[in-house]
Amino acid sequence: MTTPLSAAELGIIAQSPYKQDFPLLAQHPELAFLDSAATAQRPAAVLYAQREFYETMNANPLRGLYRLSVEATQAIAQARTHVARFIGAVDDAGAPQGDAIVFTRNASEALNLLARTLPQLVELGPGDDVVISIMEHHSNLIPWQQVCAATGANLVYLRLNDDFSITQEEIEAKIGPNAKIVSVTHVSNVLGVENDVAAIAARAHEMGALCIADGAQSVPHVQVDVRALGCDFLAFSAHKLGGPLGIGVLWGKPELLDAMPPFLTGGEMIDSVTETGAVWSPVPQKFEAGTQDAAGSFATDACLGYLESLGMARIEERERLLASYLCERLQERDYITIVGPSDPRRHIGAVSFDVRSVHPHDVASILDMYNVCVRAGHHCAQPLLTYLGWHSTCRASVAFYNDKSDVDRLIDGLDQVWGIFNGSL
Amino acid sequence: MEVSSLYNAQFMDHVTHPDYKYQLEDATHEHDGINPSCGDELHLSVRLGDDGRIEEAAYTGHGCAVSMASADMMSDLMVGKTPAEAIALCDLFKGMITGDEKDADKLEQELDEASMLKDVSHMPARVKCAELAWRTLAEMLKDENAGTTTTE
Repeated sequence: MTTPLSAAELGIIAQSPYKQDFPLLAQHPELAFLDSAATAQRPAAVLYAQREFYETMNANPLRGLYRLSVEATQAIAQARTHVARFIGAVDDAGAPQGDAIVFTRNASEALNLLARTLPQLVELGPGDDVVISIMEHHSNLIPWQQVCAATGANLVYLRLNDDFSITQEEIEAKIGPNAKIVSVTHVSNVLGVENDVAAIAARAHEMGALCIADGAQSVPHVQVDVRALGCDFLAFSAHKLGGPLGIGVLWGKPELLDAMPPFLTGGEMIDSVTETGAVWSPVPQKFEAGTQDAAGSFATDACLGYLESLGMARIEERERLLASYLCERLQERDYITIVGPSDPRRHIGAVSFDVRSVHPHDVASILDMYNVCVRAGHHCAQPLLTYLGWHSTCRASVAFYNDKSDVDRLIDGLDQVWGIFNGSL
Repeated sequence: MEVSSLYNAQFMDHVTHPDYKYQLEDATHEHDGINPSCGDELHLSVRLGDDGRIEEAAYTGHGCAVSMASADMMSDLMVGKTPAEAIALCDLFKGMITGDEKDADKLEQELDEASMLKDVSHMPARVKCAELAWRTLAEMLKDENAGTTTTE
C-alpha cells in the first residue's frame, strides 16, 4: 500500500479552477460529475469552435473551389496536424504526420475500420491468432470476434494476474508465431489500470504481428506518445477528451495505411471512377468516404488547444491525485470493495467498486438523487466482469475538472445508500 | 427527485423482509423472467384455484431492489384475482411506470402499494427493473389464455 496523499497533494485538488471553463459544470455547481470515462464535459472553447465553424467557414470541405470550402478543408488539415502532434505521431524529422490521422465517428468505428481492412492486408486465415486482452471494451472485442468467425482465425486472450496486470510471461505465452494481429486497450475503462503497450507491441513485432492500441481511456488522461508505445495503430474518441460527440481518431503508420484496402467507399474517397472501377484517394481521404464532420474536427482542434493551454503533464498529475483520493476514500468504508488494484496510484481515471449486498443500479439511482453521477453495469466489458466474477459494478471516474468535493459528495452519497439498505436512516 | 419518494421505509421493507420470496411447493404455473443487461433473474410460481382465481403467488431470484420489491408488491396484489384481472393490472402497472397512466387515484386504488413505484416513470433506466415481475406474470397468464402450457 502506498502512502496516503500528503497535505500539499490534497491542497492541489481542494478546488477546481477549471469548472468555470465548462458551461454545464458552471451552471450546475450542485452536480458531482464522476462519469467522465463515459464522456467528458465540454469546455466553452469547444462549443465556441463548433459554432465558429458554422458561422464563418461553413461549406462542404475537399471539393469546393471557392474560398469557404477551401477554409473548411484547411480547418480539417490543421486539425489532423494538431492531433498528430498531440499523440506524438511525428516523422524522424519531428514533423507531425497529419496525413496519418483518419477521422472517424468514434473509437469504435476506428477499430471496426481496422477489423475490416487488416485481415486482407495480413491475409488472416485459419490457424492464425488474433490476440486481445480480457479487459477490452466491447468495441475492441466484438469486431475481432466477428473477424475470427469469418476467417477461421483463433481469438486469443491475454489474461490478468491477481494484481490486475498482464505479465511479461503472459505476453510471451499468448503472442506466439501464429499471431497476426494484436489489439489491446492502453488503459482499462473498468479497472483504470494501464497496460504495458510497449512490451506488448515489441513482442507482437518480434512475432511478425501488427499491434493496435485502444487509447480511448488513455489519451484523455496521460501523455500518449505513439513512438514510445511502439504500436502500429492508435484509436480514440474526441468526446472523452472534451471534444465533440461524433469524432473519432485513427492514427496508423503511413506505410500500413497506404497498403490497406479502403473501409467505407463512395464520395470523397476516390481520385477517379469509371463504370467498372475506381482509383482511391491517398490516405487519409481513402478512409473518409462521404462528407466529414468538419465542424467536429475543427472543434477537436480547439479542444486539444484548450488541454495544451492547461498542460497535459499538469492534467495527468491532477487526475492521478483525484483518482488516488477517490480510492483512498472508498477504502475507508468497509462496506465497499474496489474492483481493481488496491494501490490507488495505479488507477487512471476510473475506479470500479461494489457496495456490499446492494445492486449497482440501486446505488447509481440513489446517488443520482444526491446529484452524484456514476456509471453502473458491465461497462461494455462483460467478458472482463465475468472473468473477475462480477455481474456488474459501480464505476466512478474523474477528470481534471473534478475536485475533492466531488469525491466527498460521492462518499456522503454512498453512506446514504448504505444507511437506506441497512435501516440506519 | 427525493430519495424518500422511492427508497422509503415501506419500499425497503419489501426488500429486506419480503413476504412472498419463496418457492410455491404446489404451484400450478411457473415462469422465468430475466433482464440480461441488469442480471435480474426472477422465477415466478403461482397456484390457480379451482375457481380459476390466483390463490397464491410467490417468487425467487435476485436483482436490484426495485425489481425485488416490485415482485413482492405484485405477489401480494394478485391474490384472489382472475387471470384476466391480473393481466389488466400488469398492463396498468406498465402504463404507470412508463408515464402513460397518471391518474393517481386510480393507480392507488387498483395497484395498492405498488403505486408507490410511480416515480420510476422519471427513471427510464429502471423501468425494466420495475416491470420484470409484472411482465413475467402477464406472459405466463397470456400463454395460459392461449391454451399453451407454461410450466417449466
